[in-house]
Amino acid sequence: MSPGFQGRPRSAEPALPPGQYLTQDFPVLSAGPTPRVPLETWEFVVSTESGAEFRWSWDELMALPQETPAVDIHCVTRWSKRNTDWQGVSLDTLLEGIGTGARYAQAHSYGGYTTNLPLADLRGGRAWIAHRYDGGPLPAEHGGPARLLVPHLYFWKSAKWVRGIRLTTDDQPGFWETAGYHDYGDPWREQRYQGD
Amino acid sequence: MTAPLRWRVARLCERRVETPTAHTLVLEAPGWPGHLPGQHVDVRLTAPDGYQAARSYSLAGPAEGDRIVLTVQRVPDGEVSPYLIDVYAEGDPVEVRGPVGGWFVWRPEETAPVLLVAGGSGVVPLMAMVRARRAAGSRVPFRLIYSVRTPADVFYADELRRRVRDDLGLDVAYVYTREAPPGWRGEPHRIGLADVNSHGWPPELEPLCYVCGPTGFVETVADVLVGLGHQSRRVKTERFGPTG
Ligand SMILES: Cc1cc2nc3c(=O)[nH]c(=O)nc-3n(C[C@H](O)[C@H](O)[C@H](O)COP(=O)(O)OP(=O)(O)OC[C@H]3O[C@@H](n4cnc5c(N)ncnc54)[C@H](O)[C@@H]3O)c2cc1C
Repeated sequence: MSPGFQGRPRSAEPALPPGQYLTQDFPVLSAGPTPRVPLETWEFVVSTESGAEFRWSWDELMALPQETPAVDIHCVTRWSKRNTDWQGVSLDTLLEGIGTGARYAQAHSYGGYTTNLPLADLRGGRAWIAHRYDGGPLPAEHGGPARLLVPHLYFWKSAKWVRGIRLTTDDQPGFWETAGYHDYGDPWREQRYQGD
Repeated sequence: MTAPLRWRVARLCERRVETPTAHTLVLEAPGWPGHLPGQHVDVRLTAPDGYQAARSYSLAGPAEGDRIVLTVQRVPDGEVSPYLIDVYAEGDPVEVRGPVGGWFVWRPEETAPVLLVAGGSGVVPLMAMVRARRAAGSRVPFRLIYSVRTPADVFYADELRRRVRDDLGLDVAYVYTREAPPGWRGEPHRIGLADVNSHGWPPELEPLCYVCGPTGFVETVADVLVGLGHQSRRVKTERFGPTG
């Protein structure tokens, strides 16, 4: 016990994942400078384990069915934010009709960032390529023009400035995963660091 | 895969006042495994009813046995930092977990010149690099650009003066945002292109750049560095601040 520590008054709000606290801000956490990607050259590429590639330009992405998830997000540095407002294209839409036996996905970004997750976690209405936030275009420091949004995992899995997804048969840890963070990152099981 | 990081009990053995709002805490953490400059620990507090709160704090110096050093800046209305500054007393336990973070680190074997750019309490992990350079006897050229509100807000002021005098190849330049000391050339201002250009390294030397501070500060400096021609992958950033 920490002598004299009371903590902040706690409300009766619905529980957050263990160790998280609420913030009204939108903190920015990334490992390097913010890339700026012009929409004219932006593209999103899904590649399969057999080398097939599926590409979308910005206009093609915009022409796909759009969804407006309102979700809680949880950062491994312990802030959580409720009810964030996004617009984007479901990964179900993008993966539809892509033949693959892969079990893993590695998202990669403009700027070189990578993160891995099981392919199943991108399906089932739980993941989007998001390009609008809070009623406006997604700002560059939050990953614009488009980022991955996978709110059920810690937010480092929601790769900013996303450029594509490689489908692979084996698990290939990404940037933070090779720097000591957990391979899967479930906030409800508090999977922050390797071995949690 | 490495061994799971576990929580361990550390105790406060020394407190040093850096500024009116920042204290350095020296903790005894039995069995500490060591760390690299730039890494941080998670510190966890537990209330009598079992409630826990944890926050990250950078390690301010290289490992010295079981001792670890943190410098905490009080955030008004904060949950954890006011406790660590105002309540936490010598001999009291806290739990720590670490070291964490394998990216924003400097290894004493590195030979590239180093540019450190600190905003406020963002100087903490960069000071760990300055101290590690000294401890390792490295002669790699280091430059630190340190942005603070006023001269009274400088952490490690005496030590930095001494190191600039004694550690050959270390330069420190200050940027004051609100109030500059007498004799300082220029008006108080926020860091910009001119500061980074005059006190940093040219990109041709391929320095390693480490930028740490509040979010807006880090965004500005990282953009300036890339604009000056530094390769993105040589610009490492750590953002402490709350706002986006
Ligand atoms: C990798 C990492 C390393 C860090 N290293 C250090 C360090 O060496 N020294 C240090 O003092 N801090 C450091 N921090 C910040 C630290 O983890 C806490 O965020 C900070 O001490 C505030 O915690 P708190 O519980 O007092 O305030 P909270 O209860 O978390 O916040 C209270 C209010 O202040 C705002 N706030 C939160 N953090 C900050 C901030 N940093 N500046 C201004 N306003 C804030 C919040 O939005 C909120 O409104 C580091 C953070 C990270 C992610």
